Amino acid sequence: MLELRALSRHFGGVKAVDGLDLKLEAGQIFGLIGPNGSGKSTTVNVVTGLLAPTSGSILFRGEDIGALPTHLRLRAGIARTFQNIRLFGQLSVWQNLWVAQNSAADLARQGFLARWLGGQGRVREEIARLLEFSGLAHRQDELAANLAFGERRRLELARAMAAKPGLLLLDEPAAGMNSEEIGQLRERILKLREAGVTILLVEHVMELVMGVTDRIAVLNFGQKIAEGTPAEIQAHPAVRKAYLGGGSA
Amino acid sequence: MDFYFGLAQLIGVHTLLGLSAYIVLLTGQVSLAQAGFFAVGAYTAGMLTVLGGWHLVPALGASALGGAAVACAVGFPALRVKGLMLVIATLAFGEGVRLFFFNFDYQIAKGDIKVGPLGGEGFRQIRYFPENGWSTGEVMLFIWLFVAAALALLWWFDRSRYGTVLRAVGEDELAAQSVGINLTAVKVSAMTVGGAIAGVGGGLYAHYTTHIEHASFNILVATFAIAYPIVGGLRSVFGTLLAVVFVQGVLVEGLRFMGDWRNLLFGALILLAMNLRPTGFLGGRRA
Repeated sequence: MLELRALSRHFGGVKAVDGLDLKLEAGQIFGLIGPNGSGKSTTVNVVTGLLAPTSGSILFRGEDIGALPTHLRLRAGIARTFQNIRLFGQLSVWQNLWVAQNSAADLARQGFLARWLGGQGRVREEIARLLEFSGLAHRQDELAANLAFGERRRLELARAMAAKPGLLLLDEPAAGMNSEEIGQLRERILKLREAGVTILLVEHVMELVMGVTDRIAVLNFGQKIAEGTPAEIQAHPAVRKAYLGGGSA
Repeated sequence: MDFYFGLAQLIGVHTLLGLSAYIVLLTGQVSLAQAGFFAVGAYTAGMLTVLGGWHLVPALGASALGGAAVACAVGFPALRVKGLMLVIATLAFGEGVRLFFFNFDYQIAKGDIKVGPLGGEGFRQIRYFPENGWSTGEVMLFIWLFVAAALALLWWFDRSRYGTVLRAVGEDELAAQSVGINLTAVKVSAMTVGGAIAGVGGGLYAHYTTHIEHASFNILVATFAIAYPIVGGLRSVFGTLLAVVFVQGVLVEGLRFMGDWRNLLFGALILLAMNLRPTGFLGGRRA
């Protein structure tokens, strides 16, 4: 599904991502963990095209997408959420989903004029499903800026799903959530997998990562120090060292 | 009565100017290029009716196309820069257009007089309305027909997905890209529509004043253009209309009796208005 080959992104002398190889199989939930500053978010930004790689290549469904601009990668099927939630605050919840319907299927289904100048009628059903999925149906006319924290996270996930992605990159979706909310998030992520979405989960919250992922890679200083199943990773000495620091684990 | 008709004409043309900046501002771009598109429209329509003998309506169509084409061409390079850099780039463009018309001579003999743009002396004798016997009231109605059409168009945009996408880009470009919005296409299209509206406004302006010159399209006009949607707020197109009425009707005309004190009070009242309504007359809540 997604393959990174020797991917690097340097900022001046800082090697944020350094020669990273990753391979996600279709339908997998793949965890990407590591201490702060280990290059996880940079990886997400390079895969979505917000940052250009310094070297290396990115293959999606077997094709090199390294030269595509961000909006075309979305159309190809790669959607994301942001670590620090980026909604369109002055648009309503409903409108946040409306503007995000940019999948290739959406483009093919509607004529140009209907798509851009048509009113809100044509797409109600699909957006209603997304609202249902994220539990925000009763808030659909509220400005996104007025939502509570947990609701904002849910809306951002729904907005990413509005593009019907094949690959979803979640950048710390559980940050700041309480354990009840994490439980709900876990349910949603599993539902997405059932729907056939491949997921790259960047996360600090081990409770979530260990519970839902099929496979995990661990980054430290931009390099992959370990990869394996959740059980293997938990037992891995290099991982314990990177997380706990200091002495030999 | 003619005084009020004249004022209504001015308010109408400035509303078009403000609306042309409104749609660009929706995408978060502060453009000082609108006076340039206004100038292109004014000279285009003026030359077509005076030198080409065209009917005014197709001449205004040409103004719209001219304004749109120039705006589209400016949009591609200019919108690659952001914030203050964009302000400076668009300002430079506007001044470039003004200086072009300052040096632009194209006169032909018509009877025993020569007509057409003559550099710094400007373009006189754009006499389509008086030659065809239009009264001031008729001219005013004609102008407001276009104002109503532009208001209706942008009001419709605001309710469509297109207008919503413009606002999404204005809010957060990074997020907009990430949900699959083509930033360049969206920003350039807004600039192009704005250019068309400013072009029509310029064409109307040239004909009701009958005389245009480079100074009619200076930085002050560009500043007014962007000030209207900022003072009026971005919640609705009618904010821009309100702002033009407030600035041109109340401040410029209403304070005329103050003499030299007017300009001082003018600035103070704008400051007061923006303090009372920081997001404009019809602005959104900021959460």
